[in-house]
Amino acid sequence: MDKEQLSAAEYLRLRRWERLVYRISKFFTSIPGRTKSFFLKLKNALGSFFRALWANLVEIWTTFREGSWQTRVSFLVMGFGSLAHGQIVRGLAFLLLESAFIFYMIFCGAYWLGKFGTLGTVETIQVRDPETGIMVTQYGDNSFKILLYGLITLFFIVAFLYTWRLNVKQNHIIDGILASGKKLKSNKDDLHSLVDDSFHKSLLSLPVFGIVMFTVLPIIFMILVAFTNYDATNDGRFNLFRWVGLENFGRLFSFGESGITVAFGEILAWTLIWAFFATFTNYFLGMFVAMMINKKGIKIKKVWRTLLVLTIAVPQFISLLYISNLFAENGIVNATLMSWKWIKEPIKFWGDGMLAKVMVIVINIWVGIPYLMLITTGILMNIPQDLYESARIDGANVFQQYCKITLPYMLFVTGPYLLNSFISNINNFNVIYLLTGGRPWEPAWMVNGTPAGKTSILITWLFGMTSDSGDYKTASVIGILIFAVCAILSLIVFTVMPSNRREDDYS
Amino acid sequence: MTEDERIFEFDAEESIAGGEFDLEPAPLPPVEEPALIRAQTAYGEDKGSRRNSSVRVRSRIVNTIIHIVLAVLCTVWILPFVGILLESFRCESPGLAGYLIPKQWGFDNYVRLFTETQFPRWFLQTFLMGLVTAVVQTAFVLAVSYALSRHRFRGRRLLMNLMLIFGMFPGFLTLILLRTLMQDWGLADANAPFGLAIIYCASSGMGYYIAKGFFDTIPRSLDEAARVDGASRMQIFFKLILPLSKPIIIYTVLMAFMAPWGDFVMARFMANNNDAGYNVAAGLQWLISETKVDTNYTTFCAGGVVVALPITILFMCLQKYYVAGVTGGAVKG
Repeated sequence: MDKEQLSAAEYLRLRRWERLVYRISKFFTSIPGRTKSFFLKLKNALGSFFRALWANLVEIWTTFREGSWQTRVSFLVMGFGSLAHGQIVRGLAFLLLESAFIFYMIFCGAYWLGKFGTLGTVETIQVRDPETGIMVTQYGDNSFKILLYGLITLFFIVAFLYTWRLNVKQNHIIDGILASGKKLKSNKDDLHSLVDDSFHKSLLSLPVFGIVMFTVLPIIFMILVAFTNYDATNDGRFNLFRWVGLENFGRLFSFGESGITVAFGEILAWTLIWAFFATFTNYFLGMFVAMMINKKGIKIKKVWRTLLVLTIAVPQFISLLYISNLFAENGIVNATLMSWKWIKEPIKFWGDGMLAKVMVIVINIWVGIPYLMLITTGILMNIPQDLYESARIDGANVFQQYCKITLPYMLFVTGPYLLNSFISNINNFNVIYLLTGGRPWEPAWMVNGTPAGKTSILITWLFGMTSDSGDYKTASVIGILIFAVCAILSLIVFTVMPSNRREDDYS
Repeated sequence: MTEDERIFEFDAEESIAGGEFDLEPAPLPPVEEPALIRAQTAYGEDKGSRRNSSVRVRSRIVNTIIHIVLAVLCTVWILPFVGILLESFRCESPGLAGYLIPKQWGFDNYVRLFTETQFPRWFLQTFLMGLVTAVVQTAFVLAVSYALSRHRFRGRRLLMNLMLIFGMFPGFLTLILLRTLMQDWGLADANAPFGLAIIYCASSGMGYYIAKGFFDTIPRSLDEAARVDGASRMQIFFKLILPLSKPIIIYTVLMAFMAPWGDFVMARFMANNNDAGYNVAAGLQWLISETKVDTNYTTFCAGGVVVALPITILFMCLQKYYVAGVTGGAVKG
């Protein structure tokens, strides 16, 4: 489309649908430009990364060349420079870290790292004990542990290199301060800064360590698993697993016997449909309920709100499991309808694909409205009332007021929230798992013993792979794809959305 | 303008606003705006007071309808809980029944829950996990939030972006590794609550958004004034920021304490089918797994009531803080 840029006056002269068309076409024509600027940014980022790396190397070299003999010694014995100048606390910290690292590498790290490339070669076998004549298991390598501890060793090496760099920098600073004839910081200053200027280090160290060990490490581990054939059979202990390259990803795009393209495509499509409906039905209905309660002339507002909020407090596994049984074939709903002679046979709410999908979305409305009611109530009250006042004087009816005032305002304020809730609905495990578990099953979608069904979303599929059938390699691939979907969505939304408020605006 | 006209105008404004009488009266338009007044009087003369009363009647009808709708809605929302409560007192049959009101009332299900299942153990384990998580998670979240909100250090953006990116991976993936690790350390299976508590706490720093958003709204000038008076960053955190952050602290504690009660996925996965290691969620869900639902359904309902009651009461007491946290977090995104 080669529509030229319109001036503001020309734009205002357009009719409403023309404006819409214009905006949409603008979005598409801007894609090449955006892509280009994205790659430019990427190029700049890479460029600055390499420049920084080079600057670091240069600084390391000049530190060594121009440094004092203490500085040069501390290239090998970390912290020596600090110790020699009386900064005992820093010096000891560096020295301890270095000796711990060397100790670890000699006694464990080297072994794990050496096997990391093959993930183990010695098979576990059954051998006859020569004395008793009984078959015993002789354990060989453990691929799982090799992968894990190899990864941890790599982490340690990166951390060590960083510490070493800090140590060099430290000596560089010391040399600089001494050359200018000033005094070094005392040990007391060092310790004091931990509760003052460097207080963030004290605050962050433990939480960040926890995150690295219990989130980052496991996730990188699972990313690596996607490139191996680790599953319940090749569990690493009795049967080694090995690197298989992109084989697992290849199965996503093959229609052959081992291919999972159809199942993946169908489940991904339903995941996105589900996330869309779950987000927007909740959003609009929740807003609607909030507006009803907010309306002037409605009595006992607090009671309505409290009754709805009450449902948030009860853990979902109780309410959803109960509701799931409510609609079971022999549940209360069917029994009641039959006793009223409305139906002859029980309705299989969870047995028919389409019906189950609708049920899941409807029950999710039940789950979601209280949250949305809470969130939107406050924002709705913030809309300046004189806007409505003047709209009424101009003769706008309630629906027009809603479309022209309420909705734009709400969308503007809750834009980021909508994105978050779309992403969390992609990963909305509880509702699907507790209500249907993915049923009704679709036999053709069975992958390595993991069933999948009409209401399965990616995350419940993934859970089935990890907990029921132990198909860890496919689970890792699905996990990576879920991440990709969420990341791409956020990127799109954040580049298209006009309001990117900066955090410093608040303070 | 005559007295009559003024009264009439006032009336018209109100009835358009929805016929509510306890409102503050709308301010009268200043006399210097003849155009506006003329427009409004013309509007009144045209339609007359008949329209005026018809608007009032209409708004009353609308309000009645809304009251009815709200009543229906709230019934629908409360009904499942009433159902659970009623079924927990049903003694004549333990499975699914096609009716709501028990034919034979009694506490049999509660007695059975506490004597024949491991429920007391699950309850205690969950309670202790909740306590530990509440303390550690709150400390972690507040520490990370304060550091990210108030300190400007190298790598801050990078740290926040990394946490955002790693937060987009599905958490289940980490469970495979964590279970194996915890099994090696003897903290899984029957000891799963210990392992679970560690897992809940360890990564909790990633949930810093809401608390950080709150800290961001506390003016920096307060910090600077305290700095001028010679306070260290730590003193500012403990003596200035924390006392101002009561709502967000309570919100964090509440969320952290409630999380273990509803988590059935991790708890079941870590316990690895060893029912001694379950929390209430995993345990109760296990009670009505497909083969057992016909014998345990009412017991499950009793368990649901026992779990939901204390949590709901706690939640209702602290509802104000929950609302503040949720709305604050949503608006800032």
